Amino acid sequence: MSRHVLPGFRLSTGYTLAVLGGCVLLPLAALVWTACELGPSGWWAQIGTRRVLASLRLSFGAALLAATIDVLLGLLVAWALVRYRFAFRRVCDALVDLPFALPTAVAGISLTALYAPNGWLGSRLVPLGIEVAYTRLGVLLAMVFVGLPFVVRTLQPVLESMEGDLEEAAYTLGASPVQRFFRVVLPLLLPTLLTGYALALARAIGEYGSVVFISGNRLFRTEIAPYLIVQKIDSQYDYRGAAALSAVMLTASLLLLVTMAWLQRWTHRWAVQR
Amino acid sequence: MAAIAAVVSIGRPSRSTRVARLMLVGGAISVLIGLLVLPLLTIFAQALSQGVAFYVDAIGQPDTLAAVRLTLTVAAIAVPLNLIFGLAAAWSMTHFQFRGKALLSALIDLPFSVSPVVAGMMLILIYGKDGWLGAWLEAHGVQVIFALPGLVLATVFVTLPFVARELIPLMQAQGSEQEEAALTLGANGWQIFFRVTLPRVRWALLYGVLLCNARAMGEFGAVYVVSGHLRGITNTLPLQVDQLYQENFTAAFAAASLLASLTVLTLGIKRFLEWRQSGASDRH
Repeated sequence: MSRHVLPGFRLSTGYTLAVLGGCVLLPLAALVWTACELGPSGWWAQIGTRRVLASLRLSFGAALLAATIDVLLGLLVAWALVRYRFAFRRVCDALVDLPFALPTAVAGISLTALYAPNGWLGSRLVPLGIEVAYTRLGVLLAMVFVGLPFVVRTLQPVLESMEGDLEEAAYTLGASPVQRFFRVVLPLLLPTLLTGYALALARAIGEYGSVVFISGNRLFRTEIAPYLIVQKIDSQYDYRGAAALSAVMLTASLLLLVTMAWLQRWTHRWAVQR
Repeated sequence: MAAIAAVVSIGRPSRSTRVARLMLVGGAISVLIGLLVLPLLTIFAQALSQGVAFYVDAIGQPDTLAAVRLTLTVAAIAVPLNLIFGLAAAWSMTHFQFRGKALLSALIDLPFSVSPVVAGMMLILIYGKDGWLGAWLEAHGVQVIFALPGLVLATVFVTLPFVARELIPLMQAQGSEQEEAALTLGANGWQIFFRVTLPRVRWALLYGVLLCNARAMGEFGAVYVVSGHLRGITNTLPLQVDQLYQENFTAAFAAASLLASLTVLTLGIKRFLEWRQSGASDRH
């Protein structure tokens, strides 16, 4: 341990490992163990039902789409906040964190009240044939809501540190604003956009509170996978089924985590090259 | 909007860049209002839709007050635990080189990407009646699931990365030079920590604690699974909102408005801290 100049290595690392071991690794091991006990055929017996497969398709499908929308909206918001000075810019900036800090259940009931057929927006949209509450569109909306700050907050520091010189060079070479954006800015932002996408995706896949109210939980149509886990635990006492489905969700989370670590390294290399 | 007085970094503002600015800023503001402001306003509008007297009465219900107390208790236990964890993790991650550090960093981030519902499920598999420790706990008369310890464990799991994630990048950027200087001057570990490190990271620390607290008080999915929803006993405020929502719409929004106020307060203090921080760095 002679490499460690400062004191406290054993205490701080030991404590960190102890807490992570007890609070994260132990629960993780319990889930992996239970899922392994089921075996592949037992696992498929739990997962392969029409209801579970429909929920997984909805959770992953809607989350992929929501994260894509978040990247587009997030880029717009981050761009406006960094590049322009306008009235209430600071208020707007603070607002971005709202989905981080607003309890998910509160966001859920509020979105539902807003888009329900008798709600303030719902009463205007339903006559136009756009039903949001208790449909898949509602699931998508709630997922977009929770994912937005991840994209904006990932992009902001990168946009701020991006010097205008490359764009100016492109400008002097006669590039149009559209060319400057697509040929200069977007390639520079690519790793950051992907990181934001992965963060928003991870959050949207696992999201429970914001989604379950507005989704209406209609069989085969608007049930998300986390809702089914809760159902299996709460009303069916089906812990094996819940563990099998949880294992699928956990695998997705871990894959995303690895992807993000890889993206971060890529971003770093990207930055060094410049 | 005349109030939008933008400064464009490239070139002279021509007509087309003015239009682009208007579209971009206008688009961004529309997104923020449509997606974020409207839901926030809805909460307060619904909460007060049956008058102030109804609102006050709804919040004063014994079950709701019990839920407020429980939420405060859970946060009062979980947040300090995370504070200490965050400081220890940041000290370890930023001052030392050791094998497996990347893995440790990934583990710290893990709770952010695990679904809260899955987190709750994992706790049941350990502490539930048929869980790994279930029989032992029952023999010793300790109840974890459907009781306060389960709520705290679930909250600690989902909020674990908050403080560490605020501190690690900052302490990494600050380096170890000042701590090492203090060491050569004869300071011991605790003196270095309390007199050198802590004052330098205090704003980031406060910031992390603030976000951690907001999430701890508002956690729903993980707590939902382990709570058992015993009204007045194991219902935290978000769970109480959920139960009220099935029965009395306006009362649910009244309870929800308490949480929404906490959110607004959190974001306000966060903004203030950022302003303080930028002011401090300007002065140096």
